[in-house]
This record gives sequence, structure tokens and C-alpha cells, in this order.
Amino acid sequence: MYKYDEYDAGIVAARVEEFRDQVQRRLAGHMTEDQFKPLRLMNGLYLQLHAYMLRVAVPYGTLNSRQMHLLAHIARKYDRGYGHFTTRQNLQYNWIKLEDAPDILAELATVEMHAIQTSGNCIRNISSDQFAGAAADEITDPRPWAELLRQWSTFHPEFSYLPRKFKIAVIASDTDRAAMRLHDIGIQIVRNDAGELGARIYAGGGMGRTPMIASLIKEFVPFADFVSYLEACLRVYNRHGRRDNIYKARIKILIHALGAEEYARQVEEEFQAVKALGIDPPQAEFDRIAAHFAPPAFEADAPDTVDRSDPDFAVWLDQNVHAHQAPGYAVVTISLKPIGGIPGDASADQIDVMADLAERYSFDELRVTHAQNIVLPHVRKADLYTVWQALREAGLAEANLDLISDIIACPGLDYCSLANARSIPLAQKISERFAEPARQRDLGELKLKISGCINACGHHHAGHIGILGVDRKGTENYQLLLGGSGAEDVSLADITGPGFSEDGVVDAIERATDLYVRERTPGERFVDTYRRIGMAPFKEAIYG
Amino acid sequence: MKLLTGNDLSTGDVVWWTGESWSRHLAEAVDVGDKGDVLAATEEAARRVNVPYVIDAEATPEGPRPAHIKDRIRALGPTVRPDLTLKPADPQAGSWVI
Repeated sequence: MYKYDEYDAGIVAARVEEFRDQVQRRLAGHMTEDQFKPLRLMNGLYLQLHAYMLRVAVPYGTLNSRQMHLLAHIARKYDRGYGHFTTRQNLQYNWIKLEDAPDILAELATVEMHAIQTSGNCIRNISSDQFAGAAADEITDPRPWAELLRQWSTFHPEFSYLPRKFKIAVIASDTDRAAMRLHDIGIQIVRNDAGELGARIYAGGGMGRTPMIASLIKEFVPFADFVSYLEACLRVYNRHGRRDNIYKARIKILIHALGAEEYARQVEEEFQAVKALGIDPPQAEFDRIAAHFAPPAFEADAPDTVDRSDPDFAVWLDQNVHAHQAPGYAVVTISLKPIGGIPGDASADQIDVMADLAERYSFDELRVTHAQNIVLPHVRKADLYTVWQALREAGLAEANLDLISDIIACPGLDYCSLANARSIPLAQKISERFAEPARQRDLGELKLKISGCINACGHHHAGHIGILGVDRKGTENYQLLLGGSGAEDVSLADITGPGFSEDGVVDAIERATDLYVRERTPGERFVDTYRRIGMAPFKEAIYG
Repeated sequence: MKLLTGNDLSTGDVVWWTGESWSRHLAEAVDVGDKGDVLAATEEAARRVNVPYVIDAEATPEGPRPAHIKDRIRALGPTVRPDLTLKPADPQAGSWVI
């Protein structure tokens, strides 16, 4: 994985000391909260319901074991013994003291980590496919492209005060595991007819209060123009994006107003001007970055078979293990969704266990997924049983990936100052209602996503079943949505009708899944059945 | 009744105005009447609290009960982690929030 050069190390170290000074001035009373707030947010430090919250960036979701161990150490030393993996492939600590924040950032810097680009109206931490470099279906590793964008976007002077935050995802396979088209800019690395790699660019996607699917604006951008083209995309947005209304400031609103064709035309025009500036890096620089992501030294003769005689292991194998591009290896997804647990939370001890397993069995690599799970990307098939046993001992072997209990949930009103309703207790109740493993597997792939407010951090618009928590006269109320997807079959979910109480929405989900079981045809997923038969029968089943 | 609440500047802890100082315990909060905004400005300027604001609450035999669920969660702690609330020995404490 990528190693900092002297520039990366220098800017991160300088930022830590700058923030240390800012914190001291705030604590000494030389700055008001209004003056300090934008500075702390630029360093990932929010003030939430119970304490300060620090969001640590995990660029494109990739970590090594040393970084993971440090995350566990920070959880123990500065927080309350756990961390929360987020839907942006980052990690949040919920109980941070302001006076500790500079020391935490200094500790993060020792393992080449930081909290830059995790807040504010800048280009946020770039996200990517959690199976990058391992997926059997990718055409190349998307992370060098993502890393190039990280370097381009970090402290970009022109794009540090955009009209609104800006999220970019990069993938390199037709299977979309990163909700790519629900980003401000989604990038798919593809090959052209000449076999050259380049970027297919989508723009104007996003969730929040006005969900939209990104439109294709450029079929192929060669590497030689990649940075210039992205610069042009951002420039047009920065110039014309609305700053008068925070709810209309995202690029999706601009593109909706202009039309994708007109936006693309303006980008093309701007690109001609930007290209002349000569900001695109030479191929040699890309090759230097890409060398950091070279495949590990896979054993050529690694056994390609797995002993499935332990039935519990076989279930986990079928559910949580994916094909790897190297024979004899597999991709393991560790579910952070135990039945009745808190989606995305992991104790410091569990974080250490995952780090140890990565070091010993996965070439020192881990990934954070946008679905709030952890991936060991390169595990020998011969080691899978040993890994599973260690995970089971640590309470990390839930065999529920992509099933109804593998729920995405934002922190909700239990932690978040923006939330209108709690998300986590609802996730716990749903996972308990559908806890029986055979029932979950019978329901098959069913992506359930819960947001505690309209900002949609829990991706409810993209859920096969989505839930949005709202405040109805001081009481928590939950809207139910059906038919969304963040994958390659991207779609936005539809609201079923009037909202429910917490218990009521669990019952409503059960009525919807019961209908699915009655109506499905062989091989049809929940979302497929919904698309085929439409909302009406589901409404009838849910509301009677 | 009206309560004045905010977060501790250094720790971020939720705090309540007791009439003389700030407490982490809602039970010690007092009715600030119509003086909340003035108190908030004075206390924030003195760096004794961060982002203070006035909330509505109900006086009950068990003590003040904030009108909005958000402030009840602030007063107790996350309902999903009873061990991290101000009443870790009482696993049913979360029911007070609802």
C-alpha cells in the first residue's frame, strides 16, 4: 500500500502542529467557538451529543495492521474502548476530549494517518472498492487512481471552500461495491478499444434530502488527461454551484438545473483551458504510485481447495468469502453486524484481533467497507478455517454478509447532533427479529439501510429496504422505503406510505419479506421481486 | 420550566446549569426562567461552557425531564450503550428517554 513521501509526511506533521496551536488558543480563550469551529472541522473534530467526535480518514478504505493497531490504541487511551466504522470507509471515535485531539492526530501521523478531508466543504476522503487489488472481476486496481486523486485534492487551494462537500468514488469493475453512482463524481476505470486504461466519469449523484443518480458525462478520459478533467469538473461546480442555499449547494442540484449534457459541455470547455496549465502528472509518477499497490507475493502453488466438513464454517464460507484473482486465495469479509449488536462498532480488542489476522494471514492488509464491515483481502484458502476460528473467538464470525441482518445504520440520535431519530436500536430489533440463520439465508441478498435523518448517512435511499427516521412532534417515527440499490443496478428507493413507530416498522418489514417469499420466482432477490411486481402489492401487505 | 445546557469546552461533556455552576447531572439543573440567554452569553464568554442553549423541560417528582428526546438522550447517554451512560448500573435507565 501507499507509503508517504517527504511531502505527505511534512504536510501532515505541519497540520498537527497548526491544530495544536489552534486548540491551545481556543482553550485559552483567544478564539470563540464560531472562530474555532471551522478549524476543528477541517481536522475532523465534530461536537456531537455527548462529546467531541473525531473522524479519522481511511483513504480508499485501505489499512495495514500497524495502522489498525494504532486505531485500537487510540480507542483505549483516548476514547472508551471502541471505534465506529462508517459508511464512508472511515472510523469515528465518539468520546474525544478537545485537549487530547492534537496528541491523537500526532499519534495517527506516526502511522501515516490523519483526519484531513473528513469534514468541511472540500473534496472528502476518496472512497473505493473494498475488494480492490483482490477482486476476481476487476480490470485493474483502482487504488492508484484514487491515491492520485488524494494527492491532487489534499489542501487543493481552489477547492478547499467549495459550495458544499464533495465526494468521489473510484472503482474498476462492472460490479459496483462502492455505491459509485451515488457520489458527486463516480469514476469507473475502464479499457478503451485500444486496450488503454482510462476513466469513465459520472457526475451529480448523491443521497441526502434530494437523492440523485449520477449521469454519465464522459465515456473515456485517458490517464494523460485524468487530473485536468477532474479539475475542470470541480471548477465548473465551484463557479456555478449555489452558495445561497445549503440545501441546493451540492453538484447534483447544479447538474439537474443545467442538464448533464450542458454540464459536460462546460466541463469540456473548461478542460481545454485547464489542460494548457500542464497539471497532469507524467506516467512515471503514476507508475511510482502504482508500484505501492503491486500485488503481494502470492504463493504460486497455494492449495485451491477448502475442507468444508465443519458445517458452521461452511455457512460462513458461503456467505462471507469471495473469489480472489489469485488461485488459492480468497477475500474474507468480517461482519461487524452481530445479531443485536451495533452496526460498525468494534471494540479495541476486536480491532487488535483483526489487525493481527491481517498481519499473519492477509499480507498485512485490511479494508473498511462502506457497509461498515472489514475485509481481509488476501487470505490463503488453506488458512480460512484458522482465520474463521480466531474470528469466532473474538465474536466476529457472523455469517450474514449482504443478508437482512447486515444492516447499514448511521449513529442516529444516540450520538449525532443532526439526527431526528435513533437508528441503532431499530437495527438491533430488526436483526433480532430475523436472527434465525436459515431464515436469513432463505431471504437471500437483502440490503437494509437505516438513516436517522434526511442527510442519509445510513444510505436509506439505496436500500433494498430503506428506513428514514423522522421527528414527528417530538416522537421518533420511521418511514419505510423499498427498491433502492447502490450497486451496479443502481436505483433510488420509493417511500411506501405513512410512517411507523419503532416496533411498527419492524412488523412492516416482516410483512414485506413475507410477501416476497410468497411472490418470488426462482433466483429472484427481494429487490428483483419488488421491481417486477411494483409497490402496490407491498403497500397492500404492509398497510393492509 | 426552562433549563440551560451546553457542553464542557474541554471534555465535551453534556452539562446543566445549577444556579451557580455547571453539572453533568440533570437532577441538579435549575429553572432559569427568562434569564437563560443572558446566562448563556456570560458563561460562554467566560469559557465555562461551549454552545449553551435553553431548552423546555417538565418538572417531575424525579427531577427535570427535557421536553425533547434529543435532550433526554444527552442527559443520560447513548441508549444503546447503557454501560456508557450516567447510570451504568441501571440497564432500564434508557426507558426514561422514550
